[in-house]
Amino acid sequence: MSPDRISRTAPRARSIRVSPPPFQRFLDQHRDHVWRYLVAAVGRQAADDCFQETFLAALRAYPRLRPDSDLRAWVLTIAHRKAMDHHRARARAPVPVGAAPDAGAWQDAEPDGEVWARVAALPGKQRTALLLRYAGDLSHAQVAAALGCSEEAARRSAHEGLKTLRLEITP
Amino acid sequence: MTTTPLTPPTADPSDAAAAAARFAAAAAPEADVAYTVLDTPVGRVLAAGTAHGLVRLAYEDGGEDEDTILDRLAARVSPRILEAPARLDPVRRELDEYFEGRRTQFELPIDWSLVAGFGRRVLEATAAIPFGGTSTYTQVAALAGSPRGSRAAGSALGANPLPIVVPCHRVLRTGGGLGGYTGGLGRKETLLRIEGVLL
Repeated sequence: MSPDRISRTAPRARSIRVSPPPFQRFLDQHRDHVWRYLVAAVGRQAADDCFQETFLAALRAYPRLRPDSDLRAWVLTIAHRKAMDHHRARARAPVPVGAAPDAGAWQDAEPDGEVWARVAALPGKQRTALLLRYAGDLSHAQVAAALGCSEEAARRSAHEGLKTLRLEITP
Repeated sequence: MTTTPLTPPTADPSDAAAAAARFAAAAAPEADVAYTVLDTPVGRVLAAGTAHGLVRLAYEDGGEDEDTILDRLAARVSPRILEAPARLDPVRRELDEYFEGRRTQFELPIDWSLVAGFGRRVLEATAAIPFGGTSTYTQVAALAGSPRGSRAAGSALGANPLPIVVPCHRVLRTGGGLGGYTGGLGRKETLLRIEGVLL
């Protein structure tokens, strides 16, 4: 159960919701998590474009959302797809000779930029699991739902990611 | 060495707030409902509009708080609601003119989505009462097709989703008593004073 489902909407949760909350409230409640996730996933520079695309996609799909949906897991799933799109577009774009490798997305962020740059360099599943779990603050179950895998697989990916990081940071 | 879970990355919350503000401004035309809060001489008023027109005005300290008003709009009109002050500029302008004594008739398009049936007929009859004039619960009930429905007309007026613009403050008791007002009787008196009905 995500913590924000029992925060601001709690006093009215007893009455049956027939629609998702007003989009403005959804935006205000989830913008920090989405922003933090995107900064970790694509870097500060690209985060704003991905943020705009994430919430625009959310706004367009919003009326079709089930009223009892887990909104934070849902919007971070969209943010994850936008981050993937961003990386794919970058991979296709011509890279100037001598340009920094992809893992440099975090070089502009301090002071924890180093460890998150290492996260960015992890293999896909480990990277995604760690980003959603620790930058997006989702539970393993929510990560699993976002990625369409089992909770066990999400937990394992995150665990292996942490293991790899620890090996790299303290050899 | 023990496992240390990753601490979340540092990200400035004001950057997130700024990104959200840019989003709300850019996506405003796509929202089904735009709203803002206006400062008026009768207090803070939440104004909400759709592509069809003004759909809701509500005194912020009235029967419902802002969250409740927006929840109801989400359920009854659309959840695609954004705070988009620029889309309410015509409402702000006409209300300013009204309170400055330069406007006696609102020309804003109205979206009647929140009212239907007898209630809507009562409010449409009320919308036709001119500036400076008054009517009674019995009269608007009769105009709405129910001469004996003054009590039901009172309920419909109490639930008016568009106070000020649909001038329910111009409906008084037969015999001249002020009757009630959802925003508080003080406001009803203020509005009637602006219109020269009360001294």
